[in-house]
Amino acid sequence: MASFTSKYADELIANAAYIGTPGKGILAADESTGTIGKRLSSINVENVESNRRALRELLFTTSGALPCLSGVILFEETLYQKSSKGTPFVDILKEGGVLPGIKVDKGTVSLPGTNGETTTQGLDGLGERCKKYYEAGARFAKWRAVLKIGPNEPSELAIRENAYGLARYAAICQENGLVPIVEPEILVDGSHDIQKCAEATERVLAACYKALSDHHVMLEGTLLKPNMVTPGSESGKVAPEVVAEYTVRALQRTVPAAVPAVVFLSGGQSEEEATRNLNAMNQLKTKKPWSLSFSFGRALQQSTLKTWGGKEENVKKAQEAFLVRCKANSEATLGVYKGDAQLGEGAAESLHVKDYKY
Amino acid sequence: MSAFVGKYADELIKTAKYIATPGKGILAADESTGTIGKRFSSINVENIESNRQALRELLFTSPGALPCLSGVILFEETLYQKTSDGKPFVEFLQENGVIPGIKVDKGVVDLAGTNGETTTQGLDSLDARCQEYYKAGARFAKWRAVLKIGATEPSELSIQENAKGLARYAIICQENGLVPIVEPEVLTDGSHDIKKCAAVTETVLSAVYKALNDHHVLLEGTLLKPNMVTPGSDSAKVAPEVIAEYTVNALRRTVPPAVPGIVFLSGGQSEEEATQNLNAMNKLDLLKPWTLTFSFGRALQQSTLKAWGGKKENVAKAQATFLVRCKANSDATLGKYITGASGDSAASESLFVKGYSY
Repeated sequence: MASFTSKYADELIANAAYIGTPGKGILAADESTGTIGKRLSSINVENVESNRRALRELLFTTSGALPCLSGVILFEETLYQKSSKGTPFVDILKEGGVLPGIKVDKGTVSLPGTNGETTTQGLDGLGERCKKYYEAGARFAKWRAVLKIGPNEPSELAIRENAYGLARYAAICQENGLVPIVEPEILVDGSHDIQKCAEATERVLAACYKALSDHHVMLEGTLLKPNMVTPGSESGKVAPEVVAEYTVRALQRTVPAAVPAVVFLSGGQSEEEATRNLNAMNQLKTKKPWSLSFSFGRALQQSTLKTWGGKEENVKKAQEAFLVRCKANSEATLGVYKGDAQLGEGAAESLHVKDYKY
Repeated sequence: MSAFVGKYADELIKTAKYIATPGKGILAADESTGTIGKRFSSINVENIESNRQALRELLFTSPGALPCLSGVILFEETLYQKTSDGKPFVEFLQENGVIPGIKVDKGVVDLAGTNGETTTQGLDSLDARCQEYYKAGARFAKWRAVLKIGATEPSELSIQENAKGLARYAIICQENGLVPIVEPEVLTDGSHDIKKCAAVTETVLSAVYKALNDHHVLLEGTLLKPNMVTPGSDSAKVAPEVIAEYTVNALRRTVPPAVPGIVFLSGGQSEEEATQNLNAMNKLDLLKPWTLTFSFGRALQQSTLKAWGGKKENVAKAQATFLVRCKANSDATLGKYITGASGDSAASESLFVKGYSY
């Protein structure tokens, strides 16, 4: 094959397929220490390790939530943390039928000569780090590339740089037994219309799959985490059916059938918006050879965070809020979400932060 | 959109979809005057216009054959020829639900500095020529790019050149209402194994789809005509099921679901081989978001030509022979072909010609 055959090939294929199980999706709980700090400060909670640990424990021990999930992406610190009872989080997840994943990129840096475009770093020593993460129980990884839409953006340079960064990361992961989630996020910032977003998304995805092919990545052992195709944040909203049509068409034009699943990022969408859009995609009657699911961070945790407020006495209520979103999104992957999820506080709130950085 | 949506967009999508109808396929009857001359000399028939007309009339008027076909690729001369009753071939085909197509490339030329690699010419005035062909009734076109496998082949230059040529041809066709069949043939010549052919085919197809994306080609209004993935001509043969597995996996890794149909070339395969391989692909239990059918020249006409021998008195027999191959391949597109249904020895004869050029 044009793809290189890792000794982990069969495992990679099985894990990627499992993550794409209809009815399940990914909880992105991999906020870096800095980023989780912003979330915690928004609910007046101190950014200390015990609070970071408490939040993740709240999420992972929510009764009924893990069956809605096939994977959880973790930040490095969390990979080695335990529950208050002393059980490693990794074990709790595994016992719940959830694969632990790990964020492996080291953030973005500017591309000089461009208008604020970036590339992602983290390749140095990545092989070694992946080995360690595999030993610690991780079975998939994530690397976020960021592009933006502007008069001259995304530039050919930004597209190529980010596509090839993703491809190198993906090949290294597969060498070390981790399913790479390929995430080329095109930010929603801007006043462009949905056609412009579709155009950029198709260009970017085509470049990604060319790069993956050049680097001999085995597509059957990867996942894609793209943005949905939507109007810019400063443009009028459109119906979920329209988002679904443009998004699925963009994927049909660029994502080979060998990729088992597409797990959408939520960007700045509210919890409810993200769920409805995902649901509409799964209801669309058209060719979809990959399953369409979620890899949501903010869109799964927003109302849960607000309900918790860092207080022990709120844990149960917060867990209920979390379960509501998990179930809603699980249903959305099957196209059966009826929009009747009792909206927790803030579920309809836009989570858009201009020029969002993790 | 990333795709150019010209005035013919809807028609292109409809035509491409029709050509890909399960149960139907394409007869490649576009042999240039030079090439058909070689065929004729093998059956001792003089290469004059009336004989060329007689052969194509024999094929097109074969009772029961046209329902097995969705399209016929013609050489320019044939596009303007008529039946002996005076009806233009184009009209006759259209009336019988078969779409006329036209070969538009002008053959291969050497790429200096390579080891016998080529690129295809024909872009000059292609725009004007397509308009003429559309007026004459053609609704799809074909352009054959040729690559070979060797120690250092296909080279990066050859892949890029041919992919780019195909993309330019494709967009010009779409601007003028013709569905472009994209044909990047990787020759079977050589002693390589099936894995090598798979690796090369995947690399070539990946480059082709990147080029099509760069040139804003509307994939929903195209068809792909690739080689099947097989061992080299100097290597041992493998079972149809093996060819099916390697071929379908190569396509799943590279051909976006937006492409409605894949119409295989037969290369040097015998009539029976080509049919069995196509049949095995359609029986394979693997998700295929495009239909898999045929665009056969030699593999549809070989035994028919022999049966005809240029003699009027043999026409009925030759037509019966042609019908057998049409039905066999029609069944193969549905995975229903039963081996040995047609007992002709000529059907099993290899049609391999080293370094085949049209």
